[in-house]
Amino acid sequence: MGINLFALMGQLLVGLINGSFYALLALGLAIIFGLLRIINFAQGAMYMLGAFCAWLGLQYLNMNYWLALIVVPVVVGLVGILMERFLVRPIAQQDHLYSLLLTFGIALMLQGTFNHLFGSSGQSYAIPAALQGGFNLGFMYLPMYRGWIILVSLVVCFGAWWTIEKTRLGAYLRAGTENPKLLQGFGVNVPLMITLTFGFGVGLAGLAGVLAAPVYSVSADMGSNILIVVFAIVVIGGMGSIGGAILTGIGMGVVEGLTKYFYPEASTTVIFMVMVLVLLMKPAGLFGKEA
Amino acid sequence: MKKSVLTTALALATLAVMPAQATGISDDKVRIGVLADMGGPYGDLCGKNCVEAVKMAIEDFGGTVLGKPIDVVSADDQNKPDLGSAKAREWIESEHVDAINGLVASSVVGAVAQVANAAEKPILISGAGSNTFTTTSCSPFNAHWTYDVVSLAKGTVKPMLDAGKKKWFFITADYAFGHALEKVATGIIESNGGTVVGSARAPLGTTDYSSFVLQAMSSGADAVALANAGKDFVNSLKGATEFGLTKQATMVGLLVFASDTKAIEAEVIGDMRLTTGFYWDRDDNSRAWSQRFMERTGGAIPTMAHAGAYSSTLHYLNAVKEAGTDEGKAVMAKMKAIKPDDMFARNATLRADGRLVHDMYQVRVKKADERKNANDLYEIERVIPGEQAFGEMIPECDFK
Repeated sequence: MGINLFALMGQLLVGLINGSFYALLALGLAIIFGLLRIINFAQGAMYMLGAFCAWLGLQYLNMNYWLALIVVPVVVGLVGILMERFLVRPIAQQDHLYSLLLTFGIALMLQGTFNHLFGSSGQSYAIPAALQGGFNLGFMYLPMYRGWIILVSLVVCFGAWWTIEKTRLGAYLRAGTENPKLLQGFGVNVPLMITLTFGFGVGLAGLAGVLAAPVYSVSADMGSNILIVVFAIVVIGGMGSIGGAILTGIGMGVVEGLTKYFYPEASTTVIFMVMVLVLLMKPAGLFGKEA
Repeated sequence: MKKSVLTTALALATLAVMPAQATGISDDKVRIGVLADMGGPYGDLCGKNCVEAVKMAIEDFGGTVLGKPIDVVSADDQNKPDLGSAKAREWIESEHVDAINGLVASSVVGAVAQVANAAEKPILISGAGSNTFTTTSCSPFNAHWTYDVVSLAKGTVKPMLDAGKKKWFFITADYAFGHALEKVATGIIESNGGTVVGSARAPLGTTDYSSFVLQAMSSGADAVALANAGKDFVNSLKGATEFGLTKQATMVGLLVFASDTKAIEAEVIGDMRLTTGFYWDRDDNSRAWSQRFMERTGGAIPTMAHAGAYSSTLHYLNAVKEAGTDEGKAVMAKMKAIKPDDMFARNATLRADGRLVHDMYQVRVKKADERKNANDLYEIERVIPGEQAFGEMIPECDFK
């Protein structure tokens, strides 16, 4: 089969777009796991919630896209904070399996509720006027909104990585996961810090939901479709590795894009094949530290 | 010669006696199972509202047949063939289900049909499109009601070819239905002087179609056919619009339900030509029925699958009444002998192979400024008479 160079470059760029999206979602999951050791299976549902909040805001409160971009992550983050405070914390001392099942249950309930209320065809959310149109790159037409997704994802991902790895706040967070009792001894309010971190991680999913609303149809199952892929990405990157999640997210987007070009039938499974290979060769993930 | 006359007489006598033996309703009720994807990508085009449509038909019929009650059971097949066939087996073997309606994903229907055919129970296929149910895997117990891939391809593709669109690219849902649709459409394209320059097989439930859209763009096609349905159709068309494919090629939706059209911005789908088996705003009958349907479902727009589920149930019950039994063979024979006539089935006959031949509609999607309300979606450009709309019956499937 002849390989068209232009077409291939187009596929690479599309992979990059999807990858930056994966990175944003994987980041939230990795932060929560890395700092709290909780596998938040409700992350996909929170992404869906973010998209629906944006859509509902536009329909009923006349809230425009730009406002939604700020308000919705906060709202979804608050939902996350309530969830941590009243549901996750009471079982935090139990085996991790309990919090996994709890968040999975929450995800199913949210998804079922939205499916019941809004049906399965999905709602449409128009691309904001300022981000319509696109650029002709010669080898392909890049819609401006997709460019915007890359930009926002990269800025947010880099910001979060820098905060956690390079600032004093990040140092507290990392210390809190190593030895919460000791850190509390230094006068840091560790439970509050955990709650806020959970809220932040969930808020990131809300942000991804707002970004997704104009390009994918807003529907109840949008989160469950993507969660498993994102979860695989976090595993490949190394559970809990922030930088690993980001880089793997982008990388897997590209791998998936190339698969769609060469052998589309495998495009939904390729990420899992990579996951199996990585786990066999490097069980802690590409960027994870061996326990 | 004498002997054969005698045999014929004997056979006729046996036939005359047969209904008497089979008379009556088994288990003192007629039970219809509705099997469909309830919450997945095809949930809105049939789903729980197909259950509602079947209930409407039962109520309109009077709630009882031959003095016995009629009831409904339903289940979610999640578009999984194994789940669907297991459910069908359970229904038939231990819950006295007499006929199965709904039936959306062709892959599920294929699996369910095997179970139902073996048990000699009619299946009323209201949602699925693969034409195999009346060709390669035809059976005397299949009633393929609403539409099939042949009628869609003939209704939609042929006019495009006549209008000069000769180079085609397919974005196809990667399972039985998509493959069947692509194959039939390709046949029509090639026999009318067109060529297929490429195709991409996208897994069911793909969210992001940009890769496939780019492949279509670099193929140089002047018509891009979307051989998919439900949410897959919505997402692929949105992707095509976003990346500018719609500017260089005509997008052709091969299977579009009214619920999909409603879920897409008028700016994106406006002016598209497509083929459908039902449109709510066609005449007084369809409007009155749709009005009742919307009142019962909280305003859901009736799709051709909903209308087909209603119509097939009504016809099934009429056949049970005429046959004096719910025994599968006798009911199927009656269904083929009497003509359905309701707000969906126009100029309709259930052919011997189980294909409901009825009027199909070639419609144009209205643009934003033409729409008077949220459900004002189509303008009917042409009524395709049943004989032209569907394929010929193949001799192997003549179950007269």
